[in-house]
Amino acid sequence: MDSIWVLAEQSDGSPLGIVLELLTAARSLAGGGAVEAFTWGAGAAGTARVLGEYGATKVYDAGDIGDSLPGPRVAAAIAQRMAVGGAPAAILVPTTYDGRDIAGRLSARLDRPVLTNVVGLAAEGAALVTEHAIFGGSQVLRARFTSDGPGIYVVRTKSFAAEPAETAATPEVVAVELPETGATDAAKVGARHVEAQSGPKLDDAPVVVSGGRGLGSAENYAWIVELADLLHGAAGASRAIVDAGWVPYSHQVGQTGKTVKPTVYIAAGISGATQHMVGMKGAKNIIAINKDPDAPIFSIADLGVVGDVSKVLPKLIETIKSRQS
Amino acid sequence: MNVAVCVKQIPDPVEPYTLDASTNTLVRDGKLVLDDSDSYGVEMALQLVEASGGGDVILISMAPNNETSGLRTALAMGAASAVLVSDPVLKGSDALGTAKVLAAAVRTLDPAPELVLTATESTDGYTGTTPVQLAELLGWPSVTFAKHVEVAGGIVKVQRQTEAGYDEVTSPLPAVVSVTAGVVEPRYPSFKGIMAARSKPVSEHTVASLGLNPGEVGFGGARQEVVSVQAAEARSSGEIVVDEGDAHERVAAFLDQLKVL
Repeated sequence: MDSIWVLAEQSDGSPLGIVLELLTAARSLAGGGAVEAFTWGAGAAGTARVLGEYGATKVYDAGDIGDSLPGPRVAAAIAQRMAVGGAPAAILVPTTYDGRDIAGRLSARLDRPVLTNVVGLAAEGAALVTEHAIFGGSQVLRARFTSDGPGIYVVRTKSFAAEPAETAATPEVVAVELPETGATDAAKVGARHVEAQSGPKLDDAPVVVSGGRGLGSAENYAWIVELADLLHGAAGASRAIVDAGWVPYSHQVGQTGKTVKPTVYIAAGISGATQHMVGMKGAKNIIAINKDPDAPIFSIADLGVVGDVSKVLPKLIETIKSRQS
Repeated sequence: MNVAVCVKQIPDPVEPYTLDASTNTLVRDGKLVLDDSDSYGVEMALQLVEASGGGDVILISMAPNNETSGLRTALAMGAASAVLVSDPVLKGSDALGTAKVLAAAVRTLDPAPELVLTATESTDGYTGTTPVQLAELLGWPSVTFAKHVEVAGGIVKVQRQTEAGYDEVTSPLPAVVSVTAGVVEPRYPSFKGIMAARSKPVSEHTVASLGLNPGEVGFGGARQEVVSVQAAEARSSGEIVVDEGDAHERVAAFLDQLKVL
């Protein structure tokens, strides 16, 4: 296979966890082909060492993008690099806010289709075959492009386990030009607001506690946050309460939100719509609390409690507090 | 200000979805409804137009079978008119093909809209790239994952969701903005609105009338195929307990056993 590029998004000088997952996958898919990373942003070149540990032999660096949104100009930089130095067989893109922007811009710019929500990839002959979890994860759909590359694949987090390469390379860092894109680059970032967040991120947390409509009100989401804190975990949410405006979209677990694979997932007041289940059924252990004994969530729960979350959660929180004190 | 909103009519998510056995695409033969995700964009557009003191909300939609029931819901909320691109050759279109159709439909609008709103992704297909592909095809800036939108003096100000919180992003118009769910409360159509929606104009286009090449859309334009669809590894249920005031003890014991306490 020709080379595979991984879109290496970084945050504060470290590659995102999914980037290391994608590099690991790229190593096994590339056969004899090279695994290369494409990065951008202030200090991105500093991520080269870690990218090398996970198998990148070359790092293309588009550099600081200033107050631009990444989508238009990073896509233009990728397209230009492909025009100059040849296109890879595939480009693997993280499912993040910026990753999806770049993939969309690149797709339209190159007139290439995209496959998104990829949860598995296999090399079959010269082609890559994708896996997608559909209908709440009850079925696996496999797909492939029918035209020439480069194939653009937008991959969900936790689809692959990140493992360092056996032999770490020191990648060559290649500075690439960041083209001007005119009107498409007119949106500019002003202030960046960091919302207070205690504990681990939703994607990485070993314990995730999620709440749904069964909580009864937005105020009761405080139980979810408190329980998550006590268990050193992260707080998640069903689509229903995100749609209702109780909690921000960044907490959403499921098809239109995040995929999580924690050691323990606690679903409180969540019925288990297919939309939600696809994002959490990969958890090692699932605990569900719901007052409807027929709620679909019980069909995948290791421990199901048929009960009112407004009764069970406060008592559970008190019990854990007394154990921990 | 005129705002166009891209809306999708989807099979009712309350009913289980099925795949067509020969094409492995979603069966869309039944009644289609307005995607809930799009109701936020419609509401946001109505509020922005009201705040601007004049103008219209125009809907843009694509469907293979002349369906308008979902559009009528959004018209009943207060949108003034709709453009529906309906053509059998659209069946099997992917996100990029859809974006090509939507871009061509936006270009037919006179006066041209200052702002195009979309959801972040549809509920049935959830590819999530169409808004940005549309912006690139139009040559416009885009701001995705908006959780707050304001327009003043030809500039759109957006709070854009990030992993850590949100960024304040400003963009000159015209622009494409995708809005997350939950950011505004979509109004319920009033009886008067529902009655009025019946007579609001829905102008229909075909792929040919938009000047597009049929090869760019539909199955051919998608340039991808489904290889197989198989049942996923099943996950079985475990112990079920009914809370009689002490279920929290059972949960705590389970957490203990898993060594997370």
